[in-house]
Amino acid sequence: MTVSAVFVADIDFWVSVGLLAGIFAVVGLGLQLNVGYTGILNFGPAGFMAIGAYSVGILVLEVGMSFLLACLIAMAISIGAGLIIGLPSLRLRGDYFAIVSIGIAEVIRYSALNLPDVTGGSQGLFCEGPRCWDDSWVGASDGINGVVESLGWADPPILFPLLLVVWVVVIAVVVTLSALQRAPWGRVVRAIRDDEDAARALGKNTFLYKLQSLSIAALLGAVAGLFMAMNLATVHPQDFKPLVTFFVFGVVILGGMASYWGVLAGSLVFWVVLEGTRFVELPVTDSQQAAIRFGVVGVILVAVMTLRSQGLFGKREEMVLGD
Amino acid sequence: MPADAAPTTPATSASPSATAEGEARRADAASDRERRPSGWTARYGDAVPWLVLAAVAVALVAIYGLQPVAQTTLNGLSFGAVIAIGAVGLTLVYSILKLVNFAHGDFLTLGAYMAMLAGTAWGLPLPLGALFAMAVTAAVAMSLEVTIWRPMRRRRSGLLQLLLISLGIALIIRAAIQFAFGSQLHTLDVNVTDAYSFLGLTLGHTEAVVMTVGVVTLVALALGLRYSLLGRRMRALADNLELAETTGINTPRVILWTWVIGGGLAGLAGILAGARSSISPEFGFQLLLPMFAAVVMGGIGNVFGALVAGLVLAVGIEWSTLAIGPQWKIPVGFGILLLTLAVRPQGIFGTARTI
Repeated sequence: MTVSAVFVADIDFWVSVGLLAGIFAVVGLGLQLNVGYTGILNFGPAGFMAIGAYSVGILVLEVGMSFLLACLIAMAISIGAGLIIGLPSLRLRGDYFAIVSIGIAEVIRYSALNLPDVTGGSQGLFCEGPRCWDDSWVGASDGINGVVESLGWADPPILFPLLLVVWVVVIAVVVTLSALQRAPWGRVVRAIRDDEDAARALGKNTFLYKLQSLSIAALLGAVAGLFMAMNLATVHPQDFKPLVTFFVFGVVILGGMASYWGVLAGSLVFWVVLEGTRFVELPVTDSQQAAIRFGVVGVILVAVMTLRSQGLFGKREEMVLGD
Repeated sequence: MPADAAPTTPATSASPSATAEGEARRADAASDRERRPSGWTARYGDAVPWLVLAAVAVALVAIYGLQPVAQTTLNGLSFGAVIAIGAVGLTLVYSILKLVNFAHGDFLTLGAYMAMLAGTAWGLPLPLGALFAMAVTAAVAMSLEVTIWRPMRRRRSGLLQLLLISLGIALIIRAAIQFAFGSQLHTLDVNVTDAYSFLGLTLGHTEAVVMTVGVVTLVALALGLRYSLLGRRMRALADNLELAETTGINTPRVILWTWVIGGGLAGLAGILAGARSSISPEFGFQLLLPMFAAVVMGGIGNVFGALVAGLVLAVGIEWSTLAIGPQWKIPVGFGILLLTLAVRPQGIFGTARTI
């Protein structure tokens, strides 16, 4: 077994880790709002990500829309999906909602898999020849890289502008969500998490707040999904399996419940570990490597929940994980 | 109106003569009292799902003819044996521990792979391999209870914590299986060629065996839960865990047995599922969604409901192949669940009681 330590200096590795961490931080922030602050057991992040990615891909490649417009519409579709999903199911108890949300995410994925005319089926959508859904982004991206070069960095990686945009979005979302938490809206939402019946008894329309919380998570999921489409240059059903939702949960609980900045830290640690394992050269096959990856996620989930359930930065007082 | 399931009746007996047996029998009687709404829903409400089912069946026969509908019903019953057994194991654990066990699907996978291992490594025929596999899954479930679930319960861990732990365990089991056996498809050593024909329908030999084993298991389970001492104790715990603890029932022992039975059932379901099709490290988790659907449809915590709902759901899924392709089976199953939740959130089959 050899460990190739060269990766520490490999800038492409860090850009790729940074992108994955940023993408999962965006969707993780939405999940944190749901699970850590509102008490909604949302197991559907992979579904919202799929909506974002596929909407952009389909709208640009098949409808011929411009990229930015497609992004906006994708976000609107996702919010709509969040409402459609939430309206009937947010009145259900917590564990029912977990089952319903994971089921809906799977229905979305199966739809993507089984409608090849629209979604490319099991091949997925990918950039065809010179045309890609982010052609207009490529122009902006080159512009950013031009600026970076003029600042002295000789040869920035091609994905570097995307990395910048993703993390600007991440910081913006954290700031916005934290502000929301300090506002009256945030207090009601936390009250719902702590004791929904009490909040209702005080006259709060808890259902409406839960719906809003879910819609925000849907929006963030879609944004993460379209970032993923830009990162990978393909949109493939394989990238939206329930395992992805479980990865997001891993990120959030590693960072700690009820901590937005914790999601960032958790995401970075998570992806450094997971991508770092690529450089440990074990005499194992590809499928065994893949098994190790999600096995490690399983160990993280069990270890954090049994040994330090508040994660890295969570607050024990805010952890009302009971029923 | 809250969408919560059955309100539990407070335990009735406060008499000092409450022995473990007496309390179990009293809980028995208490749970027999149907807790339903009054009025016409009480008289006819339970019949509505069956009427809907019959109406759908009649419509399908009218559109597609009797033979296709009967054939898909038969296929559905065979698939249903798998889903019902898996759902019963899930709901048994939930009824007592209030834990949604995400690892249940991977116990199915574990059972199937252990049976395959017994066949390829030691040449055991499938029935013996199945016993070995069920012993393994039951043992793993038992050891998880002792090492993880019991300590976490003592620490008063919440729903989400336990759910995430079960998720982690699911991933670990799946990773171990994929690491050991690879991600390609495997098959169990079963007879796939023989088939029986009757009344214009065909039933594969293996499918017939699966159905027989399924029916026998489910009947034995239902009888055991109803009449055996352990069954009564399990139902007492499901009704009111704290009260059962104070009446002298050895609750840790009963919980352990619940895990053993649940784990064994999961292993059996995995073997039956593997006998019907090929296995992969993910196949158990893929079956978890229809099992969740059956559990919720039957009323979460309701073993009889999960059993019936599993069969009905599987038949419904097979019926859907008359109209749309088989690649939509899982979404269809989920769609049926959503329909059920929209109409009757406390579960369609089975009444508003815990077991």
